[in-house]
Amino acid sequence: MSSHDTEKPHLPPPSLWPIGFAIGIACILAGLVVSWIVAAVGAVIAFVFGFLWIRDITAGVRQPAADVDPEVRRPLRDTGAPPAAQGEAAMPVMSDAEIEAYPRSTFLSLATLGLGGVIGGIITVPVLGFAVLPSFTNQRKPNVDLGPLENFPEGQFIIATYLEDPKVGEVSRRTMFVRNNGLLEDKPSFTMLFSRCVHLGCPVQPNGIIDSEKMKRVGEHNVELTPVLVSNFGCPCHGGQYNTEGNRTAGPPVRALDRAEFSVRDGNLYLGEFYSVGKVEGAGARARIQKYGHAVPGVHVDGIEAWLYPIEVPG
Amino acid sequence: MATTARKKSARRRQLEAVALYPLDWLEERSGLVGGIKYFLFRKVPRDTGWFHTLGSATLTAFLVQAITGVILAFYYKPDPDSAYESIQAITNDLTLGWLVRGMHRWGASVFIILMFLHMARVFLFGAYKYPRELNWIIGVLLLALGMAEGFTGYLLPWDQTAYWATVVGININGTAPFLGPFIAQFLQGGTAIGQNTLSTFYSLHMLALPGAIMGLIGLHLYLVIRLGVTSPPWSPEAAGRDRPPAQPSTNGREGLIRPGSRGGANGS
Repeated sequence: MSSHDTEKPHLPPPSLWPIGFAIGIACILAGLVVSWIVAAVGAVIAFVFGFLWIRDITAGVRQPAADVDPEVRRPLRDTGAPPAAQGEAAMPVMSDAEIEAYPRSTFLSLATLGLGGVIGGIITVPVLGFAVLPSFTNQRKPNVDLGPLENFPEGQFIIATYLEDPKVGEVSRRTMFVRNNGLLEDKPSFTMLFSRCVHLGCPVQPNGIIDSEKMKRVGEHNVELTPVLVSNFGCPCHGGQYNTEGNRTAGPPVRALDRAEFSVRDGNLYLGEFYSVGKVEGAGARARIQKYGHAVPGVHVDGIEAWLYPIEVPG
Repeated sequence: MATTARKKSARRRQLEAVALYPLDWLEERSGLVGGIKYFLFRKVPRDTGWFHTLGSATLTAFLVQAITGVILAFYYKPDPDSAYESIQAITNDLTLGWLVRGMHRWGASVFIILMFLHMARVFLFGAYKYPRELNWIIGVLLLALGMAEGFTGYLLPWDQTAYWATVVGININGTAPFLGPFIAQFLQGGTAIGQNTLSTFYSLHMLALPGAIMGLIGLHLYLVIRLGVTSPPWSPEAAGRDRPPAQPSTNGREGLIRPGSRGGANGS
């Protein structure tokens, strides 16, 4: 910074600001066609980066160079003259100070890596999004019509199986255990237990006499209604047992059986949203149900273990 | 014998040159021949034995899985309505289909078992120690990916066992803290097992996981070639050290770990 400055032509230090400035100008031009918001953003970018660029360029003019000690650097050429260095005698001799701290090759390789990273990101992010997001979006299913109310005599459990999505076919068949609890304050009450075991998701079976001769088919969801006399419910996989309110009585399940909301429209019973249950106190229409968002099997919804699953899965 | 060989030597040299010309052509332009020679004819310790073949056996099992898997994919239909039927057709109708499916099915177990045996050999021989720790880590990743292959492949026959085993397996994933429920829902491709699960598992089973396994096998082999094969623990040429071969043991303790006389007999 001392005597060399006067001898060599002045070169501005390498700078990234012009790139930002150029992006800003490009945004302004694009914004003229697309929307004024883009143009405004571009103007802001161009202004900020232009300001920084000008400030950079004029740094030497605005204030006298500070009195800095010359940078100490490992000597590149004066180390004991290895024999191979003799061939370089014809090359112009540069002093250490002339070798820039941030040479063009470094800038170019960093720029190549950076641009490659940006391009890779632009490609990867939407692809990863497509890989993951469809599992979590549009998961809400239409409410299934389980047919007229007279198919559900009071106090009797009915095995109701239906196709969640008739277009998909039998693989989407689900099973509910539905019991009409009669009227509570002139409103219908139903217990609707989802057959998926809350241990690890196997199909819970009713322990009792299934009256398969009285099976009825109704509705466009291929609903099959079969009366059953239930003493309790059991899971064949790992032996989880539940009582008729869905509370765990034995085995590994971590909560009570999941349930579904219901609604009655035009004399027909409709399934509603599913939800998970911590525990049920009481029975039938007057049962007090600890209700939580619909959780994956095996996941605690209450107690200290619920802290392990802080984020509810969407869909 | 020798005279005839000498008599035919000019002709023989000519023939050899003709036979070797393509190899020389390839070698000059790619260096592949030298590379393959370097890979196949590298030096190994004197007293390596059958235990050291477990890695190659695992590789062979993987190659069998890859090849039979590609052929099964000719005829398999990853769709809930036809997956089971297509497997039945492969097994019962297609010529030799039972054989290829059987190789893939039983080969899967062979692959996993061989991985464990190979791992046990490496562990018991102490072959995971410096400088081969990284190769152990890659091996663990390969084991995990191999198990994932087993898990995703188990669903594909789409029978009751496959379906409910996968339900249970996915829900076990779902009980992992914090991200578990998300992993479960991602694997299911929705809130329950269905057609998305089948195609997701099929894609993972035959594209993503084998690709990752092949890449890691490449790294694994690269490190094996770079670092060399370890001697057995009873070898006089102990790994990573220049010890004089089979010195008479003056130290009573040494005989317990490394019986010098036996090692010497093995070595020579």
